This record gives sequence, structure tokens and C-alpha cells, in this order.
Amino acid sequence: MTTTKKTKTVKWGDEPKLGWVEAMYLPAIVSGVATALKHAFSGKTTTRQYPEVEPTIPPNYRGVHRLNRDEAGRVKCVACYMCQTACPANCIEIIAAPAPKDDPKWKDRDKYPETFTIDELRCIYCGMCEEACPVDAIELTSIYDLTGLTRQEMIYDKEKLLSVYDQTVNSGNDPIRTNRGALGPASLEAPTAKQGPPPPGQGRHG
Amino acid sequence: MAKVIVNDIEVDADPKDNCILAARKAGVEIPHYCWHESLSVVASCRMCLVEVGERKPDGTIVMGPKLVPGCQTPIREGTVIRTDTPKVKTTQAMTLELLLLNHPLDCSICDQAGECYLQDYTYKFGNAHSRLDEPKIQRMDKYHIGEQIALFTDRCVMCTRCVRFTREISGTAELQVVARGSHEEIDVFPEVPCDNKLAGNVVDLCPVGALCSKDFLYKKRVWWLKHSDSVCTGCSTGCSIQVDQNEDKVYRLRPRENPLAQGHFMCDEGRFGFKYIHDERRLKLPRISAAFSKAPSAKPPNGKPTGTADLDFSDPWSESMSMARSKIKEAIKNDAHGFVAVLSPFMTVEEAYLLAGYLKEIDKRIRLVLGPVPVDGVDDQYPKGPKGQPPAQDKVKFTIRAEKCPNRLGVEAILRHFEGQVRHLDDVILKADATAFYVVGGCSQGWVTESIDRGIGKPALLIVQDIFPSPLSDRADFVLPSASFAERDGTYVNYAGLAQAAHGAIRCPGDARADGRILMELSERKGLFNAMALRKEIGRTVPTLATLSVGELGDHGVKIATTAPEPIHS
Repeated sequence: MTTTKKTKTVKWGDEPKLGWVEAMYLPAIVSGVATALKHAFSGKTTTRQYPEVEPTIPPNYRGVHRLNRDEAGRVKCVACYMCQTACPANCIEIIAAPAPKDDPKWKDRDKYPETFTIDELRCIYCGMCEEACPVDAIELTSIYDLTGLTRQEMIYDKEKLLSVYDQTVNSGNDPIRTNRGALGPASLEAPTAKQGPPPPGQGRHG
Repeated sequence: MAKVIVNDIEVDADPKDNCILAARKAGVEIPHYCWHESLSVVASCRMCLVEVGERKPDGTIVMGPKLVPGCQTPIREGTVIRTDTPKVKTTQAMTLELLLLNHPLDCSICDQAGECYLQDYTYKFGNAHSRLDEPKIQRMDKYHIGEQIALFTDRCVMCTRCVRFTREISGTAELQVVARGSHEEIDVFPEVPCDNKLAGNVVDLCPVGALCSKDFLYKKRVWWLKHSDSVCTGCSTGCSIQVDQNEDKVYRLRPRENPLAQGHFMCDEGRFGFKYIHDERRLKLPRISAAFSKAPSAKPPNGKPTGTADLDFSDPWSESMSMARSKIKEAIKNDAHGFVAVLSPFMTVEEAYLLAGYLKEIDKRIRLVLGPVPVDGVDDQYPKGPKGQPPAQDKVKFTIRAEKCPNRLGVEAILRHFEGQVRHLDDVILKADATAFYVVGGCSQGWVTESIDRGIGKPALLIVQDIFPSPLSDRADFVLPSASFAERDGTYVNYAGLAQAAHGAIRCPGDARADGRILMELSERKGLFNAMALRKEIGRTVPTLATLSVGELGDHGVKIATTAPEPIHS
């Protein structure tokens, strides 16, 4: 739609008129130099020493996904495809299968994900999958430094996603966030991290 | 017609209708589980309770004191139905709460989720929460109900639609209700699973996720399936079906209600018999035999210069099409009477018309014959009697026909128009005077018998348009890979002369093409294949198919004026 008509709903502003003091630019230059000098001699360091010092990640950070395990150590996911349906980037692919009923370990389950693949490169880390999951099986962790040498390596399968769970669940920063019917520890004030930029020298890995 | 007032809307209803049907005509939905149009009425689910009254001749309305089940209550002139009173609404919510008392609410893993009447009705008529504090009764799943059927017992609402189906439609009566009260369950007798030829229908009938098809179990969530209206090509009944597909893969076929064709149901042979369309052995690339190929050894394999990327954007069809066209003309010039086109009863009317019209235009003397019509035993009629005997002729509710092809009548009508009579392949083989063949297949099973194979032999020109390799396609001069029923548009004429439109659901595998497209290009007609435009043309030119000139055949199809069906040629 192209229109040049100025409608009343749009507020049009004009740039402020410069007086003779502003037109000299001297006051602005002086105040700019003063700010720079103040910071230069304040003694506070604001530079982050990344990657030597890693930042503390807030608990609601949305990083790499993990697939949670249930009490029996099985994958918690029931292959309902809700995350795949909710995913706006179309990066989740599940293939469901009837649970191996002959195995006593799987007796109480009907359906399980035979494969569960997330393309971490295609993902936009919006957290909709976590939101949609009815059994709190998929969660986003605070792992932010996700790298790889090939695209193939960034397509995470079920084993890899479960290993992310094993790796993060006891790290202190990524507790199991939610539990069916009740909000989990993530809704409480997190004891491990405060909001806002972390003080230097207190990164995740020391 | 009887005047009925549904929520102050006055409609004309059939006096044979019940309250649910009358309300449907007024655009009012009365929720129901146990009632089904083609089954008997039991009024057991109590979901369709409505207030019913009567408008007296003086205009006063007198409502009945109690709620009545809408499925069981007939209407008459002046019946007043109310579904919007607080009394009805409270009862509906209470009934749903009761039905959901022991329901496991495992929608997330239930195959029915998305097309479940418990979900839909709870959303529309129910409460958002349950007041039950006690633990729910849990029951064991039954995977032994049938070869294709699993029962998730705790999802069942005991509507007994499945039980009535096996008693009234299939007549085999495998399913029944065992125990009483809250212990009620659907089950089969030991060692007698529900494996009749119509068993798959109980899965469609089940309004909840209790009976599931093992074939479809956990394969796809239903909200990803896209539906196209089509026609089953398994036999000459021509059941109206819906093809459910996602990303060019067909997941299931479901019957589509059509009172003119088959009613509400379809047989398991048709329901599960679609797997061949994804068979790896399908013909996927057009092929020209070495004898006809222009320069077979001059080009490297696939016609690619060496060293280029593994991408070939050239059209594999262009050469075979132009070459086939010139060879057909050459063969007809040499011996017009010896050129035989075999039209298969699996072709649609449009395809038969295109091929017959094209060849007859080149030379009137070429012969068109009907390919082999597969026949398997005798017509299988339901409901079966207690000893498995077929029902009396006026009691037949479903027939699986012996003629295992969808469109014999349609192709015969085309043949009669162009040829004056219906000749069969066997007659030509007996005479042994054919020098060139254009053979169209399209059958899911190997239709090339030894006698056909020997009879056709090695003519001067052999063009095979088929979906599966056969002895004929192995030695054919041109192989034109064509489409299965799910991949093409067209019209099929069933045993009773009902012409139904089928719509393509998926794309052809590989470089195969729909028969209509192949024939449009072969005959160099202008434009793309369009079934509706061709139907109109056929209606104008072929007098026996004049009813096709409407173009749009609707959901139920139209009857064509055919002569009495001829006995099947054996």
C-alpha cells in the first residue's frame, strides 16, 4: 500500500531547531569528552573477558534443547508431535512407534519416539516446543555456545538430545524446570544466578 | 414433508427423520455417539437428549415434561425441538462429564485426537474440568481384537456402534459387550478375532479413539493429513473414498458417504490395498528400446557430459514422446488394421477417450480392444448369515464385487462409440493378425498372463503404458510409466452406471506421469489435462455419456444412461 496522505493517526514530528549555542557543537563535544574521561579514570572494567571468563546465563535463557528422562531413565517424550506442530521453524522431526510392550521396562507406555531429530541450525530458539510439550519432555538449556564443523553434526538426534540432558541436569544451572500440573523450580527465585549482567570473573566454568 | 421447529427455526423435514436429522436440516447440531445413520437405534449414550414438544393447531406450544433422546424420537408435523435451553445444556455437560469419568485423557498419544467426538463435543458442550477425585479405572489395551484392529479399552464410551456393525452390516457378529455396569468392555470370543472383510469400518465408526487401525497406528497425526475425494479402484462397486496424504505419501483411505454408490462403508481389501502405489518396483522412467534409440552409444550414461554436477534437468519424456508419436504414425501407415490399442478397464473415461480419439483420428481402421477384466470368484454380499451364507437379495447392505476393476462400463462406452462394438484382447490374440500394440495397464497386480504374453509376442511396435514392470514392458519398444489411482484425475463408471469424479491426491513417483498428461502430449492437444473440460467434451461427442456434459459431477456422481450391464467377459 503506497499513500502519501498524512493521516491523523500518524504523528509527524519535525526535527528540533538548533539555537546558536547548539549550532556551535561545543557543549556536545565537551560533554562527550567528559563522559569518556570519567569512564577512563573510574577504575571499573566493563570489558568481558570471554571466552576465558564465561558469563553466567540467566535461568530463562533459551539455548540448546534437551530431551528429559523419566524416573526409569527412559525418554520422557510420548511422541505426541505437539512440539513439531508448534514449531514455527519446522526444525523438529519425530517418527513415532508403538512402545516395545514385550520389554517390562516399557510396559506402561503406549507410544514412544523412535527417532527425534532437531535441526539446531534451523531452530530459532523461540521455546514454543517447550511451551507445547504436555509431559515436559523437551526443554531448552542454558548452553549458548553451540558450534560444529558440519551441518550434519548440528542435526541432533534422540541420543544426542538425551546426552544433553545427562550433561546439564546436574550442572546446577538447568534443573528440570517444569513438572506436570505445577510450575517447577524455574518459577521460583533461582538461587544460583541473579538477573542482569554477571559480575566479571564469575563465569559458568569458574 | 413435515414442518418442524428447531430452536425457533422452521424447516421441512422428512417424516421418517428422527430429531437429529431434522435438526441437522435446520443447521443445528445435536451431539450423539451411539446413533449412526446406517445402524439400529439403541439410545444408550444419552448425548442427544433434547426437549421436544408440539405446536398445537391453535399455535400454542406445549413442551414435554422430560428430556428425550433425539435419535429415538420420530418427528411429525408441528414437532418442536429445543437444544438451547439451560436444561438441555446442563444435561449435555453432565453426560460428557460422566463419559469422561474414566477416560484416560491421553489425547497426546491417541490417534483419534483431532477428529475425536469426545474432544469436539467437550469443547462445544462440555465442562472444562472434571470433578472426579477418585483414581480412574484403568483397563488393559486389547491388541487381539483383530488383525487390523486394536482396542484401547479405557478410551471407550460404550456406544456399541462397532458391535451393531458386526451384527447388522457384516453379519459376522464377532464383537460384543462383556460384563455389566462400569465393568462393561468390548471384546471378542477367544480365538475368534474380528477379521471379516469389512472389519476396518469399525475404526471409522468408533467416535472416540478406542478402536484404532493397526495399519495407521502412530503413523501420522491426523491434522497433518490432507484429504482428496476419490474413488476406490479395487472393484466395480466404486466406493467413494477419501485419500489422506501428507507430503506425497498416502497414509490411509477412508470411505466417504455416498448413498448412490456404496453407503457409508468400504471393504478392507480396498482400505488397505493402496500400498502398491508406494512400491519401489513402480515404473518411474520412460524408456526407449535400444533399437529405437537415436544414438545409444554416442552419449555417456544419462545423456550427461562427464564432469558436470549430478543434476540432469533435461526432460526424459520429450524424446520418447516425439519418437513414439512418429513410430505410431509409421506403424499405422504400414498396416492400419494390424495396429491394436488395448484399453485397460483401469483407465478413466477421459484417458480412454483421449487415446481412442487420437488413434482413430490417424486412421479409422485401427482396432481398439478392451484389456483383460480381472474377475475374482463371485460377488461377496453382506450381511452374512449365522453360517456365513449370503443374505437374501433384498437384504443386501454391502457388496464386494467379483469384477476387480473400476471402470469397465466407462471404457466400454468409449469403445462402443469409436469402434461400434466391444472387442476383447483375446479375440485379437486368437486371430494373430496384429503387427503393432499400444498396451495400457494400470492394474496393481500382474495382469500380463502367459497367454497374453505369448499372444502379443514381439510385434513390430510395442508401446506399454503401465505402472509396474511386466514381461511386456521388459521387451517394449516404448515404456511410458503412468499413474496409480491416487495420482490422477478422472471419471470412473461403476457397475450400476454411476459416474464419479476422482481427484488426484499425490504426485507420481520419479518421472512417471498421469495417464491423462501422457495422452494429452502424445496426441498433441493444446493445453493441460483438465478432467472437467474433457468431461464436457465427452458429454458433447459421446451420446451414451451425454450426462457427463455437466462437468462437475458433485460428491455423489451422476448416473449415465447405459444399457443393461453385460455379463463379464471371462
